[in-house]
Amino acid sequence: MSNLETLDEMGQAIVGGLENAVHDYEVAFGELVITARADKIVSILTTLRDEASFKFVQLTDICGVDYPERRKRFDVVYHLLSLKHNIRIRIKTQADDETPVPSVIEVFPNANWYEREVWDMYGVMFDGHPDLRRLLTDYGFQGHPLRRDFPLTGYVEVRYSEEERRVIYEPVKLQQEFRDFDFMSPWEGAKYILPGDEKAEEGQES
Amino acid sequence: MAEVDIKNYNINFGPQHPAAHGVLRLILELDGEVVERADPHIGLLHRGTEKLIENKTYLQAIPYFDRLDYVSPMNQEHAFCLAIEKLLGLEVPERGQYIRVLYAEIGRILNHIMNVTAHGMDVGALTPILWGFEERELLMEFYERVSGARLHANYFRPGGVHQDLPAGLADDILRWCDHFPGTMNDIETLVTENRIFKQRNVDIGVVTAEECYALGFTGAMLRGSNVPWDLRKAQPYDVYNEMDFDVVVGKNGDCYDRFVLRIEEMYQSMRIIRQCIEKMPKGDVLSADHTVTPPRRDKITTSMEALIQHFKLYTEGFKVPEGEVYVAVEAPKGEFGVYLVSDGSNKPYRCKIRAPGFAHLQAMDYVARGHMLADVPALMGSFDIVFGEVDR
Repeated sequence: MSNLETLDEMGQAIVGGLENAVHDYEVAFGELVITARADKIVSILTTLRDEASFKFVQLTDICGVDYPERRKRFDVVYHLLSLKHNIRIRIKTQADDETPVPSVIEVFPNANWYEREVWDMYGVMFDGHPDLRRLLTDYGFQGHPLRRDFPLTGYVEVRYSEEERRVIYEPVKLQQEFRDFDFMSPWEGAKYILPGDEKAEEGQES
Repeated sequence: MAEVDIKNYNINFGPQHPAAHGVLRLILELDGEVVERADPHIGLLHRGTEKLIENKTYLQAIPYFDRLDYVSPMNQEHAFCLAIEKLLGLEVPERGQYIRVLYAEIGRILNHIMNVTAHGMDVGALTPILWGFEERELLMEFYERVSGARLHANYFRPGGVHQDLPAGLADDILRWCDHFPGTMNDIETLVTENRIFKQRNVDIGVVTAEECYALGFTGAMLRGSNVPWDLRKAQPYDVYNEMDFDVVVGKNGDCYDRFVLRIEEMYQSMRIIRQCIEKMPKGDVLSADHTVTPPRRDKITTSMEALIQHFKLYTEGFKVPEGEVYVAVEAPKGEFGVYLVSDGSNKPYRCKIRAPGFAHLQAMDYVARGHMLADVPALMGSFDIVFGEVDR
């Protein structure tokens, strides 16, 4: 695997070569990460693919990450692989659920399903995608399941109805209350005041 | 004769079809018998693995990886464990690494037996799969002897493997390695030079190296097109850099090359297995860092601290420092990657699973165009698709 200096050099070369499009680079856990502007993603990937010093010819993956507290709540993350230099690179861009991200299908044909999956799971739109249908969820599915605010149980469940002689959709009915165990130790993770804790502060005041 | 306007014909291949290797609804637009367009509808086996993993502790998430590609379960656990170890900066004892490589290679043989023989069956050779499954059963017994489960092993852990090999297992694996080439020989005499098999596979589904890059092909699909790219060599993990094996490549990039390549890869895996058993040192199999790994059973009954550690580990789990990593392993089907984002808590913030079959299946439309309908099962066989990992 490539050593850290080559990653560092490559990061500098990328930031230098794509000044308006790339914000910054970072080498963390032995991996090269660049943060970039979403609207420039097509030109960034084209340069990374074609330039002889990069040659990231393979798109490994596109995925979304949801940070609901942010204004632009989604990260769209591209992973590329250069077989020539044996280096991986991660390109992170930010997006929200209204502004579409340019589709990179022209640069990497296999972006097709990856972008459809990100749309399906997070609701990030891709501009210029020829066929932005849902990919993994059911026909006629509502919502975007991998968003942090989508409940783990979902909203509907299906069953076969003897009376109607077809599969029907119903709101989820849980047989027992949904259990989300909070295993964080009370002295590090708890957001509530433990009974008795208030005495400690009283003691300090006096 | 009057001119007739012939309309293209749409057929639904699946969702239940023996050659679909699972639940795939493949809509084929046919002009006569020639495929004009293929539109795979996937997701019929979608279980929301990534969402579930976000709601489980790291240790609870490992079993989900067995259920992705259920033909070679341990290879996927391997990727997830390596990702956690990378974030934690955790060292794995050498014996643990050897056992993991040993079982990753057993997984590779498990997968290739399944694929090679099922590929044969898709194009009409029924006998190999019956012989192959007998061998798979023996291999799954080796799974059972270390983990207690034939399929969903949950054996690899961050920091090593859960238990050491039981006495006598290594010898039995070696004995199996002596006997397996006999079965392979039988299968090969039936299939490899068979005229019908060749007619169904040679020059079908040809992809060039350039197309492989563009379509995101990895693993055997990429090597079949004469690209010597193997993550075990290029970006070695665990003790693969100490193993002596050859990267097998094909020449023409067609279904037949990929078939022969997988057979040869099994022999290479057997070489690795033998080396693993030969070189395996004595010692621990699991890291001694008890914030991540459970203390041994005898300690728990005698030491209060060990009991507390054990309890904390299996309730709260362990915390993984903030950061994000992408770790890929050479799974039998190709590059299996895990992109793990941690926010410093005991649950993964995001765990994206990059399945090789996903990229391969998506290329179906591109590769199948212009082929005959009867070639589609052959393509599907050589793509090595399992829906557990495609749908996730």
